[in-house]
Amino acid sequence: MAHAHTVKRHKGLMDWLTTVDHKKIAILYLIAGGFFFGIGGIEALLIRVQLAKPMNDFVTAQQFNELITMHGTTMIFLGVMPVIFALMNAVIPLQIGARDVAFPFLNSLGFWTFLFGGLLLNLSWILGGAPDAGWTSYTPLSSTTYSLTHGVDFYTIGLQIAGLGTLIGGINFLATIITMRAPGMSFMRMPMFTWTTFVTSTMILFAFPAITVGLVLLTFDRILGANFFDVAQGGNPVLWQHIFWIFGHPEVYILILPAFGVISEVVSTFSRKRLFGYSSMVFATILIAFLGFMVWAHHMFTTGMGPVANALFSIATMLIAVPTGIKIFNWLFTMWGGQIRFTTANLFASGFIPTFVMGGVTGVMLASAPADYQYHDTYFVVAHFHYVIVGGLVLGLFAGLHYWWPKMFGRVLNEKLGKVEFWTFIIGFHMTFFVQHFLGLIGMQRRVFTYLPNQGFDTMNLVSTIGAFLMGVGVIIFLVNVVLSFRQPKGVAGDVWEDGRTLEWAIASPPPEYNFKQTPLVRGIDAFWKEKMAGNKEMTPAEPVGPIHMPSPTILPFMMSVGLFIAGLGFMFTNDDFGNSVLNFLFGKYIITGLGLAITFGCMLLRSLFDDHGWHIDPDELNDKEVKAS
Amino acid sequence: MTGYTTCLYIPEKKTEKWGRSMMKPWKAVKRLVPLFAGLSLLLSACGREDLSVLRPQGTVAEEQLGLIKLSITIMVAVMLIVFGIAAFVWIKFRRKPGQNEVPKQVEGNFKLEVIWTAIPLVLVLILAVATVQKVFAFGENYSADKNAVKVKVTSHLFWWEFSYPDYGITTAQDLVIPTGKKIALELKTADVLHSFWVPSLAGKTDTNTDGTINNAWIEAKNEGVYLGKCAELCGPSHAFMEFKVKAVSDDEFNAWVDAMKAPAVLPEDPAVAEVFKNQCLTCHAVGDQGGPIGPNLTGIGSRESVASILLNAEGEGNYVGSKPAKDNMKEWLMDPQAVKPGNKMPSPKEDLGLTDDEINAIAQYLADYKLSY
Repeated sequence: MAHAHTVKRHKGLMDWLTTVDHKKIAILYLIAGGFFFGIGGIEALLIRVQLAKPMNDFVTAQQFNELITMHGTTMIFLGVMPVIFALMNAVIPLQIGARDVAFPFLNSLGFWTFLFGGLLLNLSWILGGAPDAGWTSYTPLSSTTYSLTHGVDFYTIGLQIAGLGTLIGGINFLATIITMRAPGMSFMRMPMFTWTTFVTSTMILFAFPAITVGLVLLTFDRILGANFFDVAQGGNPVLWQHIFWIFGHPEVYILILPAFGVISEVVSTFSRKRLFGYSSMVFATILIAFLGFMVWAHHMFTTGMGPVANALFSIATMLIAVPTGIKIFNWLFTMWGGQIRFTTANLFASGFIPTFVMGGVTGVMLASAPADYQYHDTYFVVAHFHYVIVGGLVLGLFAGLHYWWPKMFGRVLNEKLGKVEFWTFIIGFHMTFFVQHFLGLIGMQRRVFTYLPNQGFDTMNLVSTIGAFLMGVGVIIFLVNVVLSFRQPKGVAGDVWEDGRTLEWAIASPPPEYNFKQTPLVRGIDAFWKEKMAGNKEMTPAEPVGPIHMPSPTILPFMMSVGLFIAGLGFMFTNDDFGNSVLNFLFGKYIITGLGLAITFGCMLLRSLFDDHGWHIDPDELNDKEVKAS
Repeated sequence: MTGYTTCLYIPEKKTEKWGRSMMKPWKAVKRLVPLFAGLSLLLSACGREDLSVLRPQGTVAEEQLGLIKLSITIMVAVMLIVFGIAAFVWIKFRRKPGQNEVPKQVEGNFKLEVIWTAIPLVLVLILAVATVQKVFAFGENYSADKNAVKVKVTSHLFWWEFSYPDYGITTAQDLVIPTGKKIALELKTADVLHSFWVPSLAGKTDTNTDGTINNAWIEAKNEGVYLGKCAELCGPSHAFMEFKVKAVSDDEFNAWVDAMKAPAVLPEDPAVAEVFKNQCLTCHAVGDQGGPIGPNLTGIGSRESVASILLNAEGEGNYVGSKPAKDNMKEWLMDPQAVKPGNKMPSPKEDLGLTDDEINAIAQYLADYKLSY
């Protein structure tokens, strides 16, 4: 029978540029996120080399400020966020028994805007200097009076474009989880990772508009001469701090909640037990998200908000310890009475628990405002948030990558190498950051490009630098492991860990393009485990075999993002004198900006005018593929 | 709801498994090594007396350390409980070879969940009470108190200005205060945001722009020189934006105020005095002469440092690696950018055209410009 669809199938590079398949977009996110993670890591190592000994001159003060700004910005926005999105994309549709996300076109658009935003930001290194006002970019330091290069413009516009991608991704996952769950999967039967993704997406929806507004205001101040943060003209720099942290604090929960989800899945699978206290886990996740929006000003205790505000924000912050504690104990008691298998994924998850607890308790210490006057902006804080973000989130991401790698690529990462990688990374991590608590307490403030000798800082800084390199070795071993895994033939068993509980383990590794030949029927929490316990080898289908509707690949999201990239770059150089009348005209008269926006809006117009109804995979073709896949 | 006994179910030990599980405590101990190493570091080296949060020399820092100790104690207890349960679970519930029966699927346990919600809540409450007390104590504004010494702190890229409105004097870099008295600070910035921090006396207060000016107070119990730092990223020389707090007796403080008020001393050599007046006093001030743009230089020879990081051997802080004030002054004047990158002072040599001899003479004059107190 002739194929019913007429869609053009692309090959090679064009396939990747036009794909709307969530599984391929996940891989794109992983590659791009990994690339930026590498850049951020190299920046971290340069910082540690500079701080290895007192009065070092490995980099200049200006270069150091650029390094710390780019390290923070890159790691948060371009390193870990995309890797989180990679896992969400790879796993969420599978976990809820869906064939793709709700808006595949938007999914692709989200990835490409993130990538071009990130590339724009990193272009600053070769176009006159990176941003140098810290990842928080406090005004007036980030104003044109005190930050003379285009660095902060790259920061505001690059993040604006990349942030668009995150917001789009968040909305997409909300819609996907609300509307596309398989029959029988009620909210309280959703896997924990789906729950945390759902809550994280909600947080993105409310938090990212705040940073968007802040970045627009700062852009206007810098490029169009506005005065939102200029005291001389009636503005207020403290306003920026509020706007930044109203976004910034929820952002750290946006980062950590998906890690909580990963840990819940991994611990439960490798203990062969259902998650202990599932409903309280859900409740705790929602409570953390809610409180996460109520505590932003604890980053500003020393700003001078007065005792009443400081007291209230202190107490609100401490309260977050309660739902977080619930989660920790639930994980411990999930393992209690189980049969724990220490695969690499579970090693990372197990390493996560004590490490994250250490980051959590220093968080409660920091929440006490009068004590925070001492910790604030010292290495104590640097230690705290690295314990939470690296010891929490990054360990969680490694756990998730090892766990879902077979599902994403059809190949298993080497367990022996994985264990070496875990021990190198975690020992390096504690070496790097544990001593930093004490550096802060004995008087070393953060963001210093060097320090005078004889202050008692020297030894601990050296230990910290050695630890950082050990972490670097751990990451390199992981990369070696990745390369080696691709030398295996593709196609491991669907339920590769043998104890898979959720729907993604009920289908082939990697899954076919359409994920589920027939949408599965969900009969309880841990749907696949339930079927296995009932003696079934696969899920009970909820529909007969029929043609499957698929979205068409499209180049438009890529082109729209290229347009935004050009527009952003053009806008930034509006006020520059290039010493060349043609260039001055092109940039000064907004010609470049207009051209970029024309591309973006032109693509939107095309998308609106020409309906694309997608295409269908025929049932007989499904059978062919099914034979090949299994 | 499954019962209490289910979750405390411990599989029976089999003797032949002992060899296996003996290996595991060793791994758990390995995990604790950095913790112990850190704690012993904490005990052996609490940092310098004039710099460490852990060795407070003033009222505010002492109470802050009290709060820090309270929270550390609670947190270490929490950590030990969690680590203990974790270690036990990891050792006890490993999957044995050939173990294939399906473990009991426990949904949850109401009692346990209530316990680990309630206990943290109580712990948080204890910390919250202490926190609120101290927040209000430290938030007290003593600027109207007659017994307090008022100081206006103005931060600049990359130096500190201290003026005493009650005495009509202004100095820079060394904040001289009497011991045992509350010092009421009013803090603001002249450019970007900075943060005023003297770890051994008190925590930080940001110096904001006009409209959001902050008040704070400090009190030194003992005489001595304490190290202060800028704790808010402010540009290239953020790392070098240090200052000193010099706590002296009441009598010495009064003598210092009188000496500050005395008429300015200018270089003896009229030619040097001329250069100093025309080139330096356009921005700097000595006594009643000069301008307010740069740091006030009155009695600069008595200060602890030049440009905050070139430590003076004559200083009372007994610094390791210090040099005579004159050498420091000369190093600074020959090339200010080499000492503090990004600072706002024009180079005397490059920008102002001073000769080496003139720089030498001015360095000598400034190093010798001491106040007796």
